[in-house]
Amino acid sequence: MNLAQTRIGQVVTVEHVGGEGSFRRRLMELGLLPGTRVEVVGIAPLGDPMELLLRGGSLSIRRSEAEDISVTLGEVTSTERARASRDASTLPAQGLARSAP
Amino acid sequence: MTELATSTAARQNERASSEPEHKPLALLLGNPNTGKTTLFNRLTGQSARIGNYPGITVERRSGELRRDHASAIEIVDVPGAYSLSARSTEEQIALASALGLAGYPRPDLCVVVVDAGQLARNLYLVFQLLELDLRVVVALNMIDEVRDNPPSESALARFLGVPCVATDARRGRGISALEAAIAAALESPPRVGMSISYPKALERDLLEVERALPPAWATSPARKRALALWALTSIETDDELENVDPKLRECCLAMRARADARDIDQEVIATRYAVIDAEVPKLYPRLEAHPPKRKTSERVDRVLLHPVFGFVIFVALMLLMFQSLFSWSDPAIRLIEAGTSGAARLVEAHAPEGLLRDLITKGVIGGVGNVVVFLPQILLLFFCIGLLEDSGYMARVAFLMDRVMKALGLHGRAFVPMLSGFACAVPAILATRTMERQRDRLLTMLVVPLMTCSARLPVYTLIIAALFPPSRVFGLVPVQGLLMVAMYLFSTAITLIAAGVLGRTAVKGRRIPLILELPPYRLPSLRGTLKMMLQRSSSFLREAGTGILLFTVLLWGLLSFPRPTNQPETAAPAAAAIHQRVSAEADAKPSAPSVGSEALNGRPTAIEQSYGGRLGKALEPALRPLGFDWKIGVGLIGAFAAREVFISTLGLVYGIGDTKEDDAPLRDKIRAERRLDGAHAYTPLMGLSLMVFFALSCQCMSTLSVVYRETKRFRWPLFMFTYMTSLAYVVSLLVYQGGRLLGFS
Repeated sequence: MNLAQTRIGQVVTVEHVGGEGSFRRRLMELGLLPGTRVEVVGIAPLGDPMELLLRGGSLSIRRSEAEDISVTLGEVTSTERARASRDASTLPAQGLARSAP
Repeated sequence: MTELATSTAARQNERASSEPEHKPLALLLGNPNTGKTTLFNRLTGQSARIGNYPGITVERRSGELRRDHASAIEIVDVPGAYSLSARSTEEQIALASALGLAGYPRPDLCVVVVDAGQLARNLYLVFQLLELDLRVVVALNMIDEVRDNPPSESALARFLGVPCVATDARRGRGISALEAAIAAALESPPRVGMSISYPKALERDLLEVERALPPAWATSPARKRALALWALTSIETDDELENVDPKLRECCLAMRARADARDIDQEVIATRYAVIDAEVPKLYPRLEAHPPKRKTSERVDRVLLHPVFGFVIFVALMLLMFQSLFSWSDPAIRLIEAGTSGAARLVEAHAPEGLLRDLITKGVIGGVGNVVVFLPQILLLFFCIGLLEDSGYMARVAFLMDRVMKALGLHGRAFVPMLSGFACAVPAILATRTMERQRDRLLTMLVVPLMTCSARLPVYTLIIAALFPPSRVFGLVPVQGLLMVAMYLFSTAITLIAAGVLGRTAVKGRRIPLILELPPYRLPSLRGTLKMMLQRSSSFLREAGTGILLFTVLLWGLLSFPRPTNQPETAAPAAAAIHQRVSAEADAKPSAPSVGSEALNGRPTAIEQSYGGRLGKALEPALRPLGFDWKIGVGLIGAFAAREVFISTLGLVYGIGDTKEDDAPLRDKIRAERRLDGAHAYTPLMGLSLMVFFALSCQCMSTLSVVYRETKRFRWPLFMFTYMTSLAYVVSLLVYQGGRLLGFS
């Protein structure tokens, strides 16, 4: 299912973020990534846009863009989430390294 | 950007050698809604100044931080940004400021303001700055909002490797600690660079992009890598970035094309967030399954965004704002008008009669009055905007109205400026600054003057009263009132259509999907709002005032020269038209009756002989098809000072002195005016055509001056004048000629 098909109060987990290049990048930079837990907080009285809560912050987007974000209902556990984000970015062991100036 | 960057570097070296102790520069960066501007005001106090970034109409706020016994530090407030990656010139400012590219001075320190309640999202920007190898101090702001489970400053400082200070900018807490941290960071050696390990394939791409970076960018290995990351996630085939090295662009595009199976953007962003996600929970004393919910705000939103109550409250708030603009500003405007006419009278009483006195009273004092008269509405509108923005309701306005505004191709935030347009276009155009994107601002600016502003009302009133019968439709609705309502509806419809058309033609821009953050509700800070009101007003006076003053003097000249040689006293009332708005009473002086009698004797009035009068006559063949004669033409020229000046100019054409308080004599003249064949010169059809002309034409030099001030290009006021005047001409022509075809006279 996609994000536009959700109802107010539902909690979903992002599977894939699609959409136009720079917009999609900005969404991800705001923390909407595969594996992210998203709560649908509200929908504007005229039906668009929809307000989401993710990583403790608010984010509103229009339905037309929400259609490009595929989600699954419910929440995944933290280990599943870690695996999802690792799969998404084909991530090797990560962490902070400090290099000399 | 390369050449620019090199030349800046050269200039900086020069500056450094000639002025060894130049003021250190600290940037204030951060996401929107983090209280950055409040913190800026706290740090800089009275020294804050508003300017513009060169070549782009984005505000640049700067000021000085002065601590006891220490040299001053210059602070620049960079526009709020979620990330350094950019798709437009506006978004490029953050990166260019941080690195001192594109002619911006190179900063010595970046102070990043972080919302303590939204660490994960805010740390993303901090990471980007740290990767760039910049000296950073983090202000953990709004710490008061997470009192029950505040993140630890010291843990955050250890994690990031930079000083972190908890602040509450609104109450002024933690400010001196932050100031001390800023001063200490400026003294300390450059920090150790931070690097994140990215997926192997991406690391290989980065090495390749690094080689394509312009030499001015490649100052350290860490920065090279970070800039390669920036380029790879910003440069695209259809971006709107400026000054990007062609070689770098080509390399990034090739890299993107080659990586089609991979997802470069997601690799970069997910890697950074993985590091953030792993660390953020450890920063809090108490472990919570999910980030805290914003309970209070959600509860308030349940009412304010309610399908029914939400709209009722919204309409009520907007009406209140509009009411304050429209009528509460009136006493102040009257006071200014009285003041200006008093000043003019004073000069008249003491200065010898002559050209210079007229220039001072009619041109200069009138012009100053024409500028100052906008202040009450500007102050009131920015007071309202300040409260709306600070409280978080402005974002809700955009949220509520997005559906409607999107259909018109306008930004949701354009609603408040559009509504203000019903009072006056000048403050409304200034209010477009609440939108980030230049294209959105421009589109709103171009259509706002089509709204029925308060200066059109006296003109409509005169025309309706003079030319339309006071009868009622079906014995119920008065025709005159109906016409007034029709004019409002007409202008609103035209504005919306114009927005739709211009948004697809003259200011065509890429359709940008909405991203809106509804910040938690917060108590607005009166201090910050007052400060903003003063800053906006003074920059209006400085930048738009000159243009308005100049125009007033020009129009005064146009309607006063050549001065009639045999009757020197008649020149004065002719010029009075220009500043009727501010000092009409001052001009109802002894000379007026004599002009009146001359006009009755069939002698031409002074204004008829002036250049403006001649221009009106020259324009008559063009105005005929709309039903106007040369007298209306002269009125239209005078109305350029402000629309309601049409009335006093027309009064002067008819030789009536003062039309400010009572336009009954003028109404009679208009009704009595005959053509050569004895028919009425002015008919209801012509009145309708004239009202339509006033609704659509750009009869306002102040609007044009403000548009120039906001766009810094002559092109846009010129375009606005051309499109509005042509539109007015064509529609009036259709109304008049169409009406005649239908058998109306």
